[in-house]
Order: sequence, then structure tokens, then C-alpha cells
Amino acid sequence: MSDQGHPAQAAPPRRSLIDTLEIDVRLLGMLMAFAAVAVVFTIWTGGTFVGPRNVFNIAVQTVPVGIMACGMVFVIVARHIDLSVGSMLAMSSAVMAMSQTTWLPTMFGTEYGNPAILAATIVLGLAFGTLMGAITGWFVGYQRIPSFIVTLGGLFVWRNVNWFTTNGQSVSLTDPNLLMFGGTEGVLGATASWALGLVASALAVWAIIASRRNKQGHGFAVKPVLAETVLAGLIVGTILLFVGWLSRYPVPVAKLKRLFEARGEVMPEGYTAMHGLPISVLILIAVAVAMTVVARKTTFGRYIFAMGGNPDAAELAGINTRALTVKIFALMGFLCALAALVAQARLQSHGNDIGMLEELRVIAAAVIGGTALAGGVGTIYGAILGALIMQSLQSGMAMVGVDTPFQNIVVGLVLIIAVWVDILYRKRLGLSK
Amino acid sequence: MTNRTGTPLVEMRDISISFGGIKAVDHVSIDLYPGEVVGLLGHNGAGKSTLIKILAGAYRADHGEILINGDPVEINNPRDARNLNIETIYQTLALADNLDAASNLFLGREIKKRGIVDDARMEAEARKIMGRLNPNFRKFNVPVSSLSGGQRQSVAIARAVYFNAKILIMDEPTAALGPHETQMVAELIQELKAQGLGIFLIEHDIHNVMKLCDRASVMKNGQLVGTVNVNDVTDDDILGMIIMGKPPAKAA
Repeated sequence: MSDQGHPAQAAPPRRSLIDTLEIDVRLLGMLMAFAAVAVVFTIWTGGTFVGPRNVFNIAVQTVPVGIMACGMVFVIVARHIDLSVGSMLAMSSAVMAMSQTTWLPTMFGTEYGNPAILAATIVLGLAFGTLMGAITGWFVGYQRIPSFIVTLGGLFVWRNVNWFTTNGQSVSLTDPNLLMFGGTEGVLGATASWALGLVASALAVWAIIASRRNKQGHGFAVKPVLAETVLAGLIVGTILLFVGWLSRYPVPVAKLKRLFEARGEVMPEGYTAMHGLPISVLILIAVAVAMTVVARKTTFGRYIFAMGGNPDAAELAGINTRALTVKIFALMGFLCALAALVAQARLQSHGNDIGMLEELRVIAAAVIGGTALAGGVGTIYGAILGALIMQSLQSGMAMVGVDTPFQNIVVGLVLIIAVWVDILYRKRLGLSK
Repeated sequence: MTNRTGTPLVEMRDISISFGGIKAVDHVSIDLYPGEVVGLLGHNGAGKSTLIKILAGAYRADHGEILINGDPVEINNPRDARNLNIETIYQTLALADNLDAASNLFLGREIKKRGIVDDARMEAEARKIMGRLNPNFRKFNVPVSSLSGGQRQSVAIARAVYFNAKILIMDEPTAALGPHETQMVAELIQELKAQGLGIFLIEHDIHNVMKLCDRASVMKNGQLVGTVNVNDVTDDDILGMIIMGKPPAKAA
């Protein structure tokens, strides 16, 4: 036993700079890992890696996995897993491809490309995705079949129902309204991007102030004003840097000419236009913000974390954990369908192999982002960062000419190392059991 | 002394439940009056926790009925029990380890503002109730997994007390506690009793039973051995009931 006169609790708590600023150390670690990847490839590629064009491409390529990773965080936090997301993406994509090119136009006698058809298609696709997820959730929640089994079965089932839906053929998608969701074909342009960036910055600052006021209103300790200012500055800086950077990526002249010709006009000499924010990235950001709010500020999110932390406690607290499980998987299915919309628009077609092996990338993104497979722990921003780190690695390696097999080896190793570092970190803090 | 002439607060009549052919609770009847502490005693596996989980809504009885204030009620799940102002402090504490104290306190009954969970208000309320129960408690912003046994227990108790329980079920509330914290729980039981709550107390320590309970119901192998007034018997009588499964000759 201790021979000291005072118990440990009498000692004044030591507060480091990081404690004072209340920075999430794990987030800091991930940001540093991301920065390291960016710096290495920037030097290796002589700057091309962080050029507006490549940043734009990485952002656009991250979107489908990022959207699904948000849902996967909820699934894993609730102590489940979903191996069927790639197949659900393919199935949703098949339903949307067929309904916009064949089913709905035949039913209503309209032509492919009618905006009403596209709107109905999107609603149908999202509803179908939600339904697939709800079916999984019913088997897991009400029939108590392990999610690993149900979704492993789902992986086979949906991938091949997808095959029958399109008779194994690829469906070419050319509707310009659809392609808007894909990335390059749907951008806001510089002016609108800047406007949106400023609005987002204002909202972020307002949210920080509102949260501080709320805490003060109840007489809780708040961070020093300086800390909050630095935090707000970092957030606003990141938003505006991102917007500004993408607004420096010009649309190729040949493409601009084509756009003018399509409208029956002639492009003025010296006309330029910038890409700015892609709509697909906005969708990802909207999903991430919405899911973060759901996780932190709604009872639905609170119950998911409670169920992951202690399923019995959640049940005894009067939470209907079975219905909750259905909702979690239904949400996952919805997000798969949303990711399918973006993916098929980017590829401008629906192919049989769309979303193939995507489940592994989605799970890897969530896990690299700090989601614990044991349940109860995970963040949305972590999963997005995880997806971004993986995509940056792949993009960078492709740029410097690393072969695809080796790219996958690296991604696999990064997954293991990320979890390893996390375990070491938790051990050191005494957080692991 | 507690007045036991009116309508009981809780009456569990002829309750039975079996799991896979084994009768965990076998035609047991117990009751509880306002302002009374009834101890539930017996060996491990005697059926005490199972009986109490039926009242708490965690299990459904195969047979028998439950009356609250004389009215028959249906308790199908923990939500039903809570709606009847029945609160339970489980042996395993039933806390979500990854959430903080306030989130656990309000789990399933969050305070909301315009559909959004109002964390600041819940923390303020948690600070108020904890200030009363355990003034030394300060760890409001950390997951309860990093709390000591006593601190976790005070969170579990705060949860039961905060929502104006009329009927409180405590399943070995002092099992994980040191002497000081045990004393704190004992004082709390006295205070709640004085406020007119009825308390079912599952307890192994015979001294605590003699000190805290008005009556004691002893179970063995799923059956009720008997219910005695604690003042009318000695601790040896009660131990005899637990071990032999026979009511003492003079009492009952």
C-alpha cells in the first residue's frame, strides 16, 4: 500500500495544453496520419498530389465509401456488422438503373431523361435500399440471427438478385440530371461554392457560440475563449481552404465549348469556369453532419451507443432494442442506396460488379476511424477521415506508379496498424478492460 | 412501525415462472406496504432475483397476478414497470459503460428540447440529484466505466430516485461497496422509507436485513418459505429459514 499521507485524489489535476483545449486526441492522431500521407505523396509527386485536380478527384472518389461508412459506424457501435453493403449498393443501383431506363418509361410512356422519372427513380431506389436493410434488421433484431451470418447471406443474395434484375447486362446511363450526382458533371462553380463556404463557416461559428452559451447557462465550466477562437479559426480555415482550392480547378475548355454548343450558343473567347464543390461531396457532407447530429443529439443515437455499451442495460432501461436494430440496418440500407446513386452517376453506368468488395472498404474506413468492433465506441467524422486516408493512400500510390496489388497490400497493413496503434493508446491510458 | 392495515402498495399473487422445465419461482405470493422495506432472502438460485425481475418487467410470469394499490396490472416490459413508478437497481447495475453519468441517469427518458437531447440540462439535473446522494461525485464528463464501484452505484441509485419511484427494487445494492458507501445506502433507504416509498431489498448480509428491513420473505428452491416480522425473530431464526427452508416455530 501507499505510504504517502495523502490519497491520490487530493493532488491537483495536471492539465496539459491538449486537456485545456479539450482536443480529441484520437482525432488529432488521425489528422496527423492524414497529413503525413498528404506530405509524403506531395513531395513524391512534386506537388501534383495536392493540386486542385487531384484533391477534387480524391474527394469525389471518397464519397460512396464515406456515405456508407457513416451508416457502418452505427451498425458496428451497436455490436453488429454489415457485410452486405457492397451488394446492397449493387442491388439499389440495379433497381435505379432499370427503373429509369426501362420500367418507369415503359409504364408511363415517357422517354428516358424525363426529370420526373429520375425523381421517382431516386425515391424508389432509396426506398428499396431501406427495405433491404430493414429485412436484415428484422432477422438480426427479432429472430436473433447473428448479423455476420445474415449479412454474409445478404452479400450473396443481393449481388445475384442484382444480376437477375439486369439480366447480367451493364446499363448505360446518360441522363445529364443523373450525372449531376456523380462529381465532375455536377459542380457548383466558383461563386456558389464560395457563398456556400461562407454560409457554412458562419453556421460553424454560430454552433460553437450557441453550445458555449448553453453550457454557461447551466453554470458549467467552459473552455477559454482563446481555445474556442482557435478551434473556430481552424474549422473556418479548413472550410474556406477546401472551397477555395476546388474553385481553382478549371473546367477543360473543350468541355465548356461542348456545354455552350449544347445550348446553341457560342463560347466567348477567353471564357473560363472553375469546378468548385461537387454535388456528390455536398451529399457526403450533408450525410456526415446529419448522422453526427443523430448520434449526439437524438435519443435514437443515444440508444444505439447505450445498446453497444451494454445491451442488457439498454433493454432494462426500457429501450426497444429489437426495433432499434431494424432502424439501424434500415438506415444502413438507405445510405447504401444513396451511395449507389452517386456511384452509378460517377461511372455513368450500372455494371454487375458495381460496389464489389466495397463492404470491406467501408468496414475498414469505420475501423481506421476509431470505431471499436466490440461496440459502443465510434464517430462519424472518424469514419469519414478513415475513408479519406484510404482513398488518399490509393490515389497517391497510383500517381507514383505503385501496382494495384501492392496498393491493396498497403491498405490492408494500414488497417491493422491503425487498430494496433489505437489499442496501444487505449492501454497506455488505461481505457481498455 | 409501518401501518399494514390498508391496501398494499404491491401484491404479487401466486406467481410462477419456469425456464426450460425448471420452476424458478413456484406459486409465490408477497406484498409490500407504503413506507415499508421488505427483505427478500435465500440462497443463490432461490428465485429472489427472478421474482423481482417479473415485477420490474424483465420477465413475464407464466402464472399469477400483480396488483398495484389494489388494481391488477399488466407488466410486459421494463417500460410498463417504469410507467407504474416501479424503479429497479440491479445487482449488475445495468449501466451503459461507454456513456457518462447523466446519459445513464436519463437513459430511456431523456430530457429533450425541440426534439433534440438537451445534454446540458440533463447534466445540470444529474449534478443536483448527485449533490444530494453523493456530494463527492464530480466525474460527470467521463464514461461510467472509469468510475469506482461506489460511484457507479450512486449513479444507479440516482436513476431510481430521480424519477419519483413509488416502488423501489434494490438487488444487493451494497454488494460492491465499502463500509462508508454501505452506510450511505443505508441512510438513503431510511430516508426513502420515511418518504413513503415501498422497497423490496434483496440482501445477503443478515445484519443489513435486521437493521434495514421491516419484514423478511425467505425463498428456497423457487418456493416461499415464509414471511416474518423482523422484530419478532432473531437473526438465527432467519438463517434457519434460509438454510432449512422451514419457518420458525413461534413466528408466522
